[in-house]
Amino acid sequence: MADATTAADAPRSFQSLSLVPKSEAKQSMKDFKSDQEVRWCPGCGDYAVLAAVQGFMPELGLAKENIVFVSGIGCSSRFPYYMNTYGMHSIHGRAPAIATGLATSRRDLSVWVVTGDGDALSIGGNHLIHALRRNVNLKILLFNNRIYGLTKGQYSPTSEVGKLTKSSPMGSLDAPFNPVSLAIGAEASFVARTVDSDRKHLTEVLRAAADHPGTALVEIYQNCNIFNDGAFEVLKDKQQAEEAVIRLEHGKPIRFGVDQAKGVVRDPATGDLQVVDVTPENEADILVHDAHNASPTTAFALSRLADPDTLHHTPIGVFRSADRPVYDTLMSDQLDEAVERQGQGDLSALLTGNDTWTVAG
Amino acid sequence: MTSQVSSTAEQADGAVVAEQRPPLPGAGQDGASGPSPEGGQQAEAKEVRKLDRVIIRFAGDSGDGMQLTGDRFTSETASFGNDLSTLPNFPAEIRAPAGTLPGVSSFQLHFADHDILTPGDAPNVLVAMNPAALKANIADVPRGAEIIVNTDEFTKRAMQKVGYAQSPLEDGSLDGFSVHPVPLTTLTVEALKEFDLSRKDAGRSKNMFALGLLSWMYHRPTEGTEKFLKSKFAKKPDIMAANIAAFRAGWNFGETTEDFAVSYEVAPAASAFPTGTYRNISGNLALSYGLVAAGRLAELPLYLGSYPITPASDILHELSKHKNFGVRTFQAEDEIAGIGAALGAAFGGSLAVTTTSGPGVALKSETIGLAVSLELPLLIVDIQRGGPSTGLPTKTEQADLLQAMYGRNGEAPVPVVAPQTPADCFDAAIEAARIALEYRTPVFLLSDGYLANGSEPWRVPETDSLPDLRTPFATGPNHTQEDGTEVFWPYKRDPETLARPWAVPGTPGLEHRIGGIEKQDGTGNISYDPANHEFMVRTRQAKIDGIEVPDIEVDDPSGGARLLVLGWGSTYGPITAAVRRMRTDGEYVAQAHLRHLNPFPKNLGEILKRYDKVVIPEMNLGQLASLIRAEYLVDAQSFTQVTGLPFKAEQLATALKEALDG
Repeated sequence: MADATTAADAPRSFQSLSLVPKSEAKQSMKDFKSDQEVRWCPGCGDYAVLAAVQGFMPELGLAKENIVFVSGIGCSSRFPYYMNTYGMHSIHGRAPAIATGLATSRRDLSVWVVTGDGDALSIGGNHLIHALRRNVNLKILLFNNRIYGLTKGQYSPTSEVGKLTKSSPMGSLDAPFNPVSLAIGAEASFVARTVDSDRKHLTEVLRAAADHPGTALVEIYQNCNIFNDGAFEVLKDKQQAEEAVIRLEHGKPIRFGVDQAKGVVRDPATGDLQVVDVTPENEADILVHDAHNASPTTAFALSRLADPDTLHHTPIGVFRSADRPVYDTLMSDQLDEAVERQGQGDLSALLTGNDTWTVAG
Repeated sequence: MTSQVSSTAEQADGAVVAEQRPPLPGAGQDGASGPSPEGGQQAEAKEVRKLDRVIIRFAGDSGDGMQLTGDRFTSETASFGNDLSTLPNFPAEIRAPAGTLPGVSSFQLHFADHDILTPGDAPNVLVAMNPAALKANIADVPRGAEIIVNTDEFTKRAMQKVGYAQSPLEDGSLDGFSVHPVPLTTLTVEALKEFDLSRKDAGRSKNMFALGLLSWMYHRPTEGTEKFLKSKFAKKPDIMAANIAAFRAGWNFGETTEDFAVSYEVAPAASAFPTGTYRNISGNLALSYGLVAAGRLAELPLYLGSYPITPASDILHELSKHKNFGVRTFQAEDEIAGIGAALGAAFGGSLAVTTTSGPGVALKSETIGLAVSLELPLLIVDIQRGGPSTGLPTKTEQADLLQAMYGRNGEAPVPVVAPQTPADCFDAAIEAARIALEYRTPVFLLSDGYLANGSEPWRVPETDSLPDLRTPFATGPNHTQEDGTEVFWPYKRDPETLARPWAVPGTPGLEHRIGGIEKQDGTGNISYDPANHEFMVRTRQAKIDGIEVPDIEVDDPSGGARLLVLGWGSTYGPITAAVRRMRTDGEYVAQAHLRHLNPFPKNLGEILKRYDKVVIPEMNLGQLASLIRAEYLVDAQSFTQVTGLPFKAEQLATALKEALDG
């Protein structure tokens, strides 16, 4: 199991991709760029994510014909067109379902889903939660910009309450989803969060996701500079970020802030997590992050630390990376077991059955 | 009913190798109570009449096991060598309140010494397990028919529950029927008194008692049922023994009681069947086998993405049993995910299928449109049921034809194939797969509840007689650019079929991206160019219009008919039966039946114009008739019924006669 913190140059097996053929030639970022002109708005956070993914792919060392990107509808869902792999730009919200069919029928493929907050959490919410609970071998990159971009600026299911948009001139009424909380509640075995502009962190999270057997959900905070510019500024501005961002590192105490002066402790009365100033007295009580904990309770509590309005105390990194049986492996095992029990299917015997009569000429 | 009168069955020319009338089932053997072997001697004294066909309806509470009883009688009848056709009819509720009219479940079986096409218009024999079953079915039973009632259930309270103020067994309302009052529950309990069972548990076997009695009445072989009970209750030996004992007691009761003075023989229908090995098969089973076979014939793994829905779920159940054929079944979170997963598997190179009924098709529409745009092979199996909305989940209808034809945004043509009998679902599934694979397109397979649950004898095909469905994947570049470089164009079409290449992930050098946005001809790149869109819309339509389908054949033995009856799907049986009646009456009628609804056979227009009158019977409000009138400017008359039940042959014959004379 890889940690987001492990050094990038450590040799990796990427156990979730063991059935995917390897590339014979050495690959570079260029190999993953398609010949299509990228058509996102200038300054869009999607460019940074695309570059990070294209830059990371050679590290996997997979035959690129065995990599597939599947997307839904929305700005981010144009992503597959720009990857020189197999790809499908499908319909709104359905990418996890389509990718499930592909991944469960072709275990020799590395299947990635690219989706957004509207695509994954609104119209496609059902498919997302069911992919997560099944633990199909999919890597889901959820670009969260907290706005509908392609339809020109309506509030999304992750927009903060009171959001002023074209469809909510008096402020939106909906309480937002927290995608990490939702995923953990949906039995996700791997959940991480990262930020578009932090290439190093984004790459580390991609690496951990790629290595995870089963469904990996990566929430990527992504800036829409046209309709929701600066939505994550508090996490990006160096000074503000120091107090706002909590970097989760497996096996390390959860501390942040200037001089790591703040930390996360468990309230013994409620079991909840809270942020405290670290003192010599409480230093031993600072929670040590365990991403591999089989129980999702603490990961969930971590996901609730962030203030949905101000984004203060936003943890990023791998919240949860737990071992759980992988759906496509189980499905394939059942096929093998059926052959063991019943023998290879004999069509003629099947059609004939065991209750026949004969009409002679 | 003319069929119930005695007649000498025609002796078959072909030898039928089947189980003939068996000896008494285990009489006196292992503790089954009921008469001793002397019963056999009594039976020989009883009159045996020969019939050419019989229609039996078993009716009882949803929990009475009527479907099982019907299935077993059908199996016995099939193995005996009769032709047969069945109509299960049950409520959508799993266990409606006991003894009520909505809770009545029935199973009608028509069997004959000649080839038959329908489950029959009206039963010759009604088995009514309670007052509700009698009340719900009596209107369908013609005077003179036999009615076997379970008198134990005709209590005051049970009769009041369904509105009988007086007992129909005593108030004269059943005069004119041949009523056999039998205390089925009491007799069953009595027969099982040696078993350590409560009265209630023992009484549960009354359906097997009834089955035994009917098996005696109609000289059915019994080994199959005993074998079935032994295997079904292998882990519950007491229940197994009790059911077998009840079954045998029912048989012996028929032989010994004076109330049943006559038994009937319906000779095997040898001349109706070509040489071969036969089995009985329902539409959903045949369709499932057709899909498994298609996967084999295409040498592709079969992938089913599905969400449970009546009356299609049995296909999901059946295919999930055949994982040893490499069949993957995925029970999705909803209808949309079912087809989504199938489409994903199609992209990956599987023979992909989704199964559903009308409401599910509505949910899948957007994905079907995507499949049209992606031009990937995909089977959409719609087991039609009564609509709109939830409609009549367990009843049949043909009202999804226009949904299949047009139920998508944009110009999104999809081929439509319809089976015409339960066994034909096998061939129709293979034909739908052929079109999907050869033309790289989604295809609708439109069955319905009547075909799905009905059954008939099926000649098991030789597997090497089935068509070759192998479809090559793209393996390399297919286009040379101006600068001489070889590239792969995902939308460069086969000039004959207009199909695009099927390049599956894992093929080096053919990496490409496809999607629902309009694509440039050839390259498949996103294109908003007006002329390109016009070209692509017309090309997708031309591909479907150009699909090779066999010519439609007309059945007009006299050659002198001026009226053509045109049908599609499951109306084949009733229409053919009606046409036979008319011809027997000396009328000239031509008949044709469509398997391909989109595209229509190329000769259809010419055929339609040969006749003065065209009548189209459908279980909807005239959907095929609308298509025919629009396409061919033919003044086709519609004859429609939406009762949730198949047409009756008599009713159709009357309507056709009126059209002929009108």
